[in-house]
Amino acid sequence: MAHRFPALTPEQKKELSEIAHSIVANGKGILAADESVGTMGNRLQRIKVENTEENRRQFREILFSVDSSINQSIGGVILFHETLYQKGSQGKLLRNILKEKGIVVGIKLDQGSAPLAGTNKETTIQGLDGLSERCAQYKKDGADFGKWRAVLRIADQCPSSLAIQENANALARYASICQQNGLVPIVEPEVLPDGDHDLEHCQYVTEKVLAAVYKALNDHHVYLEGTLLKPNMVTAGHACTKKYTPEQVAMATVTALHRTVPAAVPGICFLSGGMSEEDATLNLNAINLCPLPKPWKLSFSYGRALQASALAAWGGKAANKEATQEAFMKRAVANCQAAKGQYIHTGSSGAASTQSLFTACYTY
Amino acid sequence: MPHSYPALSAEQKKELSDIALRIVAPGKGILAADESVGSMAKRLSQIGVENTEENRRLYRQVLFSADDRVKKCIGGVIFFHETLYQKDDNGIPFVRTIQDKGIVVGIKVDKGVVPLAGTDGETTTQGLDGLSERCAQYKKDGADFAKWRCVLKISERTPSALAILENANVLARYASICQQNGIVPIVEPEILPDGDHDLKRCQYVTEKVLAAVYKALSDHHVYLEGTLLKPNMVTPGHACPIKYTPEEIAMATVTALRRTVPPAVPGVTFLSGGQSEEEASLNLNAINRCPLPRPWALTFSYGRALQASALNAWRGQQDNAGAATEEFIKRAEVNGLAAQGKYEGSGEDGGAAAQSLYIANHAY
Repeated sequence: MAHRFPALTPEQKKELSEIAHSIVANGKGILAADESVGTMGNRLQRIKVENTEENRRQFREILFSVDSSINQSIGGVILFHETLYQKGSQGKLLRNILKEKGIVVGIKLDQGSAPLAGTNKETTIQGLDGLSERCAQYKKDGADFGKWRAVLRIADQCPSSLAIQENANALARYASICQQNGLVPIVEPEVLPDGDHDLEHCQYVTEKVLAAVYKALNDHHVYLEGTLLKPNMVTAGHACTKKYTPEQVAMATVTALHRTVPAAVPGICFLSGGMSEEDATLNLNAINLCPLPKPWKLSFSYGRALQASALAAWGGKAANKEATQEAFMKRAVANCQAAKGQYIHTGSSGAASTQSLFTACYTY
Repeated sequence: MPHSYPALSAEQKKELSDIALRIVAPGKGILAADESVGSMAKRLSQIGVENTEENRRLYRQVLFSADDRVKKCIGGVIFFHETLYQKDDNGIPFVRTIQDKGIVVGIKVDKGVVPLAGTDGETTTQGLDGLSERCAQYKKDGADFAKWRCVLKISERTPSALAILENANVLARYASICQQNGIVPIVEPEILPDGDHDLKRCQYVTEKVLAAVYKALSDHHVYLEGTLLKPNMVTPGHACPIKYTPEEIAMATVTALRRTVPPAVPGVTFLSGGQSEEEASLNLNAINRCPLPRPWALTFSYGRALQASALNAWRGQQDNAGAATEEFIKRAEVNGLAAQGKYEGSGEDGGAAAQSLYIANHAY
């Protein structure tokens, strides 16, 4: 091995590490508000609102201009490119509304999936071309972290070793380029919940995927202390007939992370996938109550699970602004409590009753 | 990826995990008494003693006749094959004496290094042939853990990618086979301290090597909770002109481990390499006082650093046996304290002054 060639200076490392820590400090998590135009179209269609730039702007403005106490639950917000340059009705840039609340601004960097020929409909992610220049510009324009979503699926012969290796490599290249430009990379290797596989199988696949991701990050000289991980929780497939408790989901999830994610990673912010708002909160809470050692923060990076009620309350009408903000604030606070293992689900008796449902970890 | 084919049953996993945790219980470490016949030759010639089987038996007897004071600081003893079947002067098998003290018996199972053609003097380690049958027999004969040493070296062009890959792979095969036979594998990827490289270079190489080791262990479906790691501490090369404090060594070592060793690994038992007894204790102590979060036990698996004084006191004379045993007990107790960060050093200014010498971790 040749002499090492440091990828980052101590000052660059310090900046990245501080950004990462501030996003997940004290139970804070991330609002994933980076839905692409097409995805926002899906969301808006469900509440019968037209998918125009103005409507997208309006909804994001309502969320971001909520009371500044939101900064106790939300440490970072991921934006889509368009949103980074939009302004509020008072003329202030939306990103500055967030920054003034002390919330870190992030930017979605990937450019969607591309098929992997010779596989069972598997994909990799595009977006590396000119990424360094884009990152430098986004940093100037106020972003301090990036996000890149790789997708793997469980099915016959999937995920294949090619899909795992290729997506891990693309994530590592993206992470390396981000760090060169002062952006903390959120690394998102999502294993989709589609399918009828059980919890154990998802755990097995998640472990293999994460092991490959961290080997790739190491190979690409990525500074782990200046990254965040955004994985799926370990769950059964949507079509699995067996039902699992939040404690089972928590144990399988933390066990998988425990076996693959180095302690140097400051925080793990789960994606919510197709989970309901309440399930996403309950699962996160159970994860934080799991008795295994957890050297990283275990928090959230939720899109739908933070916005579903807010969207429904808004219905496209400016008059519903207050109700929208209330719905959003409620989920944010609930998830912050869950990130500390302090969420009390109305109807349950809190931590004590859930603790006893944990099965000894050695069976995982 | 096809469905997982579980390598171990839940009961097998529990047994392995329990053994590993017993070995690295708080305040305990390992006595590496597994010197091969060739290595013992070097040790004995230094004190003018002939290298016969009887002398080797007498010497190990000096160590194993230590009284109950070692129960609180020695969790495991690694044996060489010959010693596993030797008895003390009263006809009691050494294995039984050790087990009766509640100490776990281990066995060296590798068969030494062999060259890797086409490299700059690099090696891999042999011993996989018939390893499963040997492990099964050792398990019957009282061993519950094993050790396999791989060796890498730092120079202009080494360790090469091949050396890292090949040694990681052979360690993973060994670990997998051990676990199939109820034996906890200690995974030892030693990076030699020979050379004039500085601390940073050793840290860089150690991170690359350990990342490869844990990827290989994942690929080979090894159950991490039922393994132990025996790495080098991160130190400068012997011929490096820069001197470093125990705190700098500790920070570099813990940083490297945090970036590569999953929290599921119950314990890291450092080798002492060429360090003196006191150096090895001071460094271990500093490691356990390092302010970075450490999710695994950090303890010792020392050969020379536990035996040098004892060997010297014995000099092959039965009259010196008692005094020699005392020297061993003394080092064992000191290292038991160091494994908890409680060693105050041999008379010099202890904890408080040392704490302030830690440099902020982002510099690493």
